[in-house]
Formats: sequence, structure tokens, C-alpha cells
Amino acid sequence: MTTPAAPTDLLYSGTEEELRSAVRALLTDRCDAKSVLDRAGTDRPHDPALWHTLAVEIGAAGLLVPEKLGGQGASHREAAVVLEELGRAVAPVPYLTSAVLATEILLGCDTAEAATLLRELASGRTVCVPAVPLTLAPGAPLPAPVRDLGSGSLTGTVTSVADAVAADVLLVLADTGLYAVPAAAAGLTPRVPLDLTRPLATVTLEAAAGTRLADAGTARAAVAGALLSGAGLLASEQLGLAEWCLTETVRHVRGRHQFNRPVGSFQALKHRLARLWLDVASARAAARAAADALATEAPDAPLTVAVAQAYCSGVAVRAAEECVQLHGGIGMTWEHPAHLYLKRAKADSLALGTAGHHRGLVADFAELPAP
Amino acid sequence: MTAITADHLLTRVRGLLAAHPPADTDRADFLRARFDAGLAWVHYPEGLGGLGAPRSLQAVVDAELAAAGAPDNDPRRIGIGLGMAAPTILAYGTDEQKQRFLRPLWIGEEVWCQLFSEPGAGSDLAALGTRAVRETGSGDWIVDGQKVWTSSAHTARWAILIARTDPGLPKHQGITYFLCDMHAPGVEVRPLRQITGEAEFNEVFLTGVRIPDSHRLGAVGEGWAVARTTLMNERVSIGGMRIPREGGMIAPVAAAWRERPELRTHALHQRLLELWVEAEVARLTGERLRQQLAVGQPGPEGSGMKLTFARLNQEISGLEVELLAEEGLLYDDWTMRRPDGVDFTGREAGYRYLRAKGNSIEGGTSEILLNIVAERVLGLPPEPRDDKDLAWKDLNR
Ligand SMILES: Cc1cc2nc3c(=O)[nH]c(=O)nc-3n(C[C@H](O)[C@H](O)[C@H](O)COP(=O)(O)OP(=O)(O)OC[C@H]3O[C@@H](n4cnc5c(N)ncnc54)[C@H](O)[C@@H]3O)c2cc1C
Repeated sequence: MTTPAAPTDLLYSGTEEELRSAVRALLTDRCDAKSVLDRAGTDRPHDPALWHTLAVEIGAAGLLVPEKLGGQGASHREAAVVLEELGRAVAPVPYLTSAVLATEILLGCDTAEAATLLRELASGRTVCVPAVPLTLAPGAPLPAPVRDLGSGSLTGTVTSVADAVAADVLLVLADTGLYAVPAAAAGLTPRVPLDLTRPLATVTLEAAAGTRLADAGTARAAVAGALLSGAGLLASEQLGLAEWCLTETVRHVRGRHQFNRPVGSFQALKHRLARLWLDVASARAAARAAADALATEAPDAPLTVAVAQAYCSGVAVRAAEECVQLHGGIGMTWEHPAHLYLKRAKADSLALGTAGHHRGLVADFAELPAP
Repeated sequence: MTAITADHLLTRVRGLLAAHPPADTDRADFLRARFDAGLAWVHYPEGLGGLGAPRSLQAVVDAELAAAGAPDNDPRRIGIGLGMAAPTILAYGTDEQKQRFLRPLWIGEEVWCQLFSEPGAGSDLAALGTRAVRETGSGDWIVDGQKVWTSSAHTARWAILIARTDPGLPKHQGITYFLCDMHAPGVEVRPLRQITGEAEFNEVFLTGVRIPDSHRLGAVGEGWAVARTTLMNERVSIGGMRIPREGGMIAPVAAAWRERPELRTHALHQRLLELWVEAEVARLTGERLRQQLAVGQPGPEGSGMKLTFARLNQEISGLEVELLAEEGLLYDDWTMRRPDGVDFTGREAGYRYLRAKGNSIEGGTSEILLNIVAERVLGLPPEPRDDKDLAWKDLNR
């Protein structure tokens, strides 16, 4: 992979900016830090009403779905913009899991059953979540903890399934293929998540009946493809998150006075925040490149995604850590939302492959083998 | 007066043990007897729990008593009293105050807390705005204001308190130091929940709290000097613990690495080794500092230890969450609890990661400590300041 990359559009189009404004306006109105925090303290962190507006009225659920299936026929570039905004608000909605991962899996199936489900997803009426651990990474071997005991009777346990508690349908990867299983037919055991805004559950299937969507080969390829897209787009969520942390921190240190002056006037803090700005600007380029490579099905998309993940998850964690630190004591309180960002950023750094995993992928794609 | 030796102390300890066999003596009675025998803190004066012995001999006493199964005074629970209130009372208290407060403090009958930080005054503690106004006639002080980050306030009987007694003076000059009765009317304690889900700390609201002038520590307007004694002792107690090789935060990560080969990756291995080396070097630096102190050559490294531990605790616990992979996505318990202190080992990786974030804020932020190193150790010029001669009431807040 030593050849130069094809030219990539790293900017935002007018349409993308309009979409951003719509999503941001919604989140400003209905997803302020206080309401996210109030929900985070309960066992129902998701906001179904917010999801409805985002998915149905703004049409964000169907961005990746072709128009002929009732979607918006947009691309990863637009989905990335939505994720930036959701990251900026640590919004408790199943967008990454349903509108990105599940949608991509279904798009990879190419069967009538999958198409039917995609229509429902695109309409925003159905939330569909892949029953795979959130840590599953592109390029890693796919686990197959679920067995088909014959005629679609699925049995097995999947751990760390994100947003399962908000799902109507689970996409289950079994040894014989991919199945759609009504969430009600599965046993869900909620776990206590580090990230209070993206709940995790253990999914247990005991002879659960599912609708078969694809054969084993197709299913595995579809899941692998979805993990690639998911990892690439997660970079945008991380970007949005990092940006909020930077903006909020700058706002705080400009206004917070100690020693008769704003603490932001101390050069020690100025340089740190300037460096963080540089990191965020770089993360934006990396995340945009991943979104564009996915949208254009660029041949080097796997490398671009690996680069984005290897870079952006670290920036998000650093930005959230700086946010806590530079808010001083306030940043350590439950009342202030900084901790929600820190917890999301840290969990995101494990989701869909760690930076270390993605650096390993870079080693392969860039032909820089380990010693 | 002849110098007190280890042998002398051991004889006393054996006398105490013989007169009050730990097995048949009530815990509090034993502690009272120990205090009265001058074996509580041997470097304190006679009559105040000590014998005026060298501080280093305390370890001899502690070891001998521990070996005999004697109860201890639960220093963790009463850390603020022992580490901060006591040395300050000793240095600035009247005879009456010393007699009244030190014994129950050491025994643990009276827990202490520290009412210093305020929502508006953290790094710049001297900017505090809690007011104490002297009542004409009674001479009592009436205190109004809000404090924050007060550990043990909900169990404390007494507090050390700094308050502003003259807003017209520059901020360091208008402060007075008090001993505040936490059961006095007008003291309200509210739990302060933090990032970990726990409420280790409190907010304390002071509304018309009456403090008699006999509970003032040091002269009116001299509170900042008194507070500096307290704060110096706080820093000593934070950086001063001794840890074995692979003690502290690195222990659970190293254990997970050894026990769970399936978690190992090359990337994590390199980082683990880097942090292991740094943790070991930090331990050696602390050890060297102790040796320097023992031969009477205190070094500036002390100022750096808290900085090092804050950074290492954060990096190591961050690595641990990552190492645990899927488990790293989980948290043990968000229930709001009120623990007696920080328990880094009794909880899981996510807790360590989040709680360690406080290590670079509590007891002075890392930024402030770096400034101190730059200015006091390296002798670099300070930031230009305009707040030292300005009346407190004219400061930007
Ligand atoms: C877990 C925890 C436990 C605590 N325990 C106690 C306690 O027991 N008793 C008590 O009294 N207090 C306690 N505190 C309060 C603590 O001492 C203060 O939070 C701390 O001093 C910082 O003050 P602040 O929160 O007001 O931050 P600020 O002073 O507002 O600082 C905000 C940011 O600006 C930076 N900054 C400020 N001034 C400068 C400067 N000159 N140069 C460079 N950077 C600067 C700070 O480092 C910080 O990152 C605790 C705090 C925490 C988080």
C-alpha cells in the first residue's frame, strides 16, 4: 500500500451542513446534558422520543438505505455528520448500532427478507441491533457463539451487546447464517456499563426462532463489512465528542477566575488546549477520510478506516481527560456532564477495535510487518 | 534532658502492654492509656500524647504494638485530624485548645474535617469568600458561606475552617483560622456525588454559624499562615507512603497480564513494560527521598512525587481498562455510596480509572504543582501577579 491515496473530499457539503444543523437543533432542544444525565441514572438510558424525531422526522435512520427501500439513499459521509453531532451530545440513541451496524449488515445480505427489514429500519419504526460484542473489530476473527440446532432454532450466548435493551429485532450470526430474532424472543441480561449512555446486555438464546436472512458465507462477509463501516464512522462520533470537550473546556477556562485572572490565561493551559485543538483538527481529517473512503468504496478504505480508528479514539479519550482535569474539581462531580464524555470516550476506545488493534491493521495494509 | 532512645520507648511499650493487655482491654481504654503513656505520636510533647522523641522512632513503637496485637486508632478514618488538624493545633493552639482537642482526636473519638475549598476558591484557596463577622458584645464569630470537597464532614465532630474576616485587606491578610463545631446550628452537610458514583465528599453550607473566640486558632488576620502549616502537612501525607515493588496501581494490571494470556497484545505489552518501569522508578525515587530525609538532606523530589503518582495512576488504570477488553466496557457499581475513604484495591478497573482522575486535582492540581516546581525548585520567575496587593473585595472572581 505504498501507492499514493486517491484524492479524497475531506470537506463538508452544503447538504451535510444542513443535516448537521437539523440534528444539532434537535439535540440542543431535546438532548441537553441534564436530561442525558437524568436518564443515565436509570435502567432506561435511551430516549425513544428523541430517537423517533431523529429517525423518522429527520430521516437519519435511513441515510445509508437506498431510496428504493424507503431510505434516503445518502452515504457514509452524511451518516458521519449525524454521528459527529450525536457524539457531541453523548446522545443516548441506538444510532451506531441500528442505523449503521445493523443497516450495513442487512445491506450486505441482498435477500428479500433483509430488504423487508431494511424498509422498517429506514422508516425509523424498528430498532435493529446486531447481537455481537461491542468490542468486535474489523479484521478480527468472527466468533460464532450461536448454534442453529436445526430449522432455525438458535441457541447460544452473546456478551456485551450494545443497545440490545432498545432493540425490537436482534441480528444473530449463527453457524448456519444470519437470523432476525425478535428481541422479545431472546433473554436479555443488562450489564452495568462504564458508558452510561450506551447500555450493554448479555443476549441469551434458548431455541429461539429467527427469520433467516442470509447463508453463512454471506452473513460473515456482511458482518465483516459492517464492522469496517462501523469502525470508520465511530471515528466521527469520537471527533464530535472530542470537539465538545475542547469547546466546553475552552469556555470554562475563559470564564473561571483564580488568582484574579481567567485560568485560561495561564500559558500552561493555553499551550495544552492549543495542542488539543491541533489533535482535534487532525482527527477531523482522519474521520472525514474514513467516511469518504467508505462512501466512495475506495480500494484503500480498510487502511483509511484503520488510520482513523488508530488516531481518533486516542484523541477522544485525551480530550475527555483534559476536560475533566481542566475543569478542576467541577469536572469530578456527577452533576457536571464531563464524566459522561469521559466514560463514552473510554468505552469507544474499546468499541470496534482498540487503537492498538487498528495499528496492527495498518501494519498489514501499509506493509510494515512486525519484527 | 537526655535523648530518648528506641530502647527507652520499647520499655515503655512493654509497660503499657503489661498494664493493659490488649486481649482483655477495651479498645478505647487501650488507646487512651497509650496516649497518656506518650506513645501516641512520640514526637509530640509530653502530656499531649508524646515524649518529645525523634519522629523516626514512632515506627519502632508502632511495630512493637502491632506485633502484640494492640488495637490501632484507625488512622485511615481519622486521617484529616491526624494529618492536618493535629499538627496545626500543636503549632498554633493555646494550651487549652491542645488539652481539649488532641486526645479525642488521636483516639478517634472525635473525627475532624477540613473546611477549606470553596466553589469559587480552589487553586487560589486564599481567594475564599466565606465570611466570619465578629459580634459586638459576645465577641463570638458568625460564619456564613459554602465549602466543598469536604471529606468526612458527615462523620466529623470538628472542623478546621478558614474564613474571611476582613474583605478590605488583600486576600492573604484578611483570613482567620477557626475550629468549628460541626454540630453547631447552621452547619448543613450535603453529599457531593462524584464521577465514580460515590459520594466520598460533601458540600458544607454555613449559615449564621456561631464560633466562640476561644475556638480561633492563631491571631485574627493570620489565618493564611496557619493554613499553610496545615497544607504543608497535607502534601507530606499524600506523597509519603511507602510501597513495595509492583505495589500500587501496577499490581492488578501485572496480575491480569500474567493470569490471562488471551488478553495479551504486542501494543499493550510495550505500554505495560514502559509503565512498569516508570512505577518501579517512582518507587525508587520515593525510597531515595526517604533515605535523604533520614540523613537530614531533604531534596526537592518530594514536590514531584505527587505529580508522578497522579500521572502513573491515571495511565496505568487507563491501560488496565483497555487490557480487560470486553470487561473494560463494564463498571462494578454506580450505586451512590458513602465510603470512609478511597479504596483503589477493593473495586474494579473502571473505578480505579475514574477515581484516579482526582489524583491530579485533590490536594493541589498537577498544574499548580508544576508551577511550584518551576518556581521554587528551578527558580524560574513567577507569572506576573496583580492579586497580592489588591483588596479581596476588588478581585476578579
Ligand atoms: C477528588 C477530590 C478530592 C478533594 N479533596 C479535598 C479536600 O479534602 N479538602 C479540600 O479542601 N479540597 C479538596 N478538593 C478540592 C481541590 O483542592 C480543588 O479542586 C483543587 O485545588 C482545584 O481547585 P478548583 O477545583 O477550584 O479548580 P480551579 O482552580 O478552578 O482550576 C481549574 C483548572 O485550571 C488550572 N489552573 C488553575 N490555576 C492555574 C495556574 N496558576 N496555572 C496553571 N493552571 C492553573 C487547574 O490546574 C485546573 O486544571 C478535592 C478535589 C477533588 C477533585
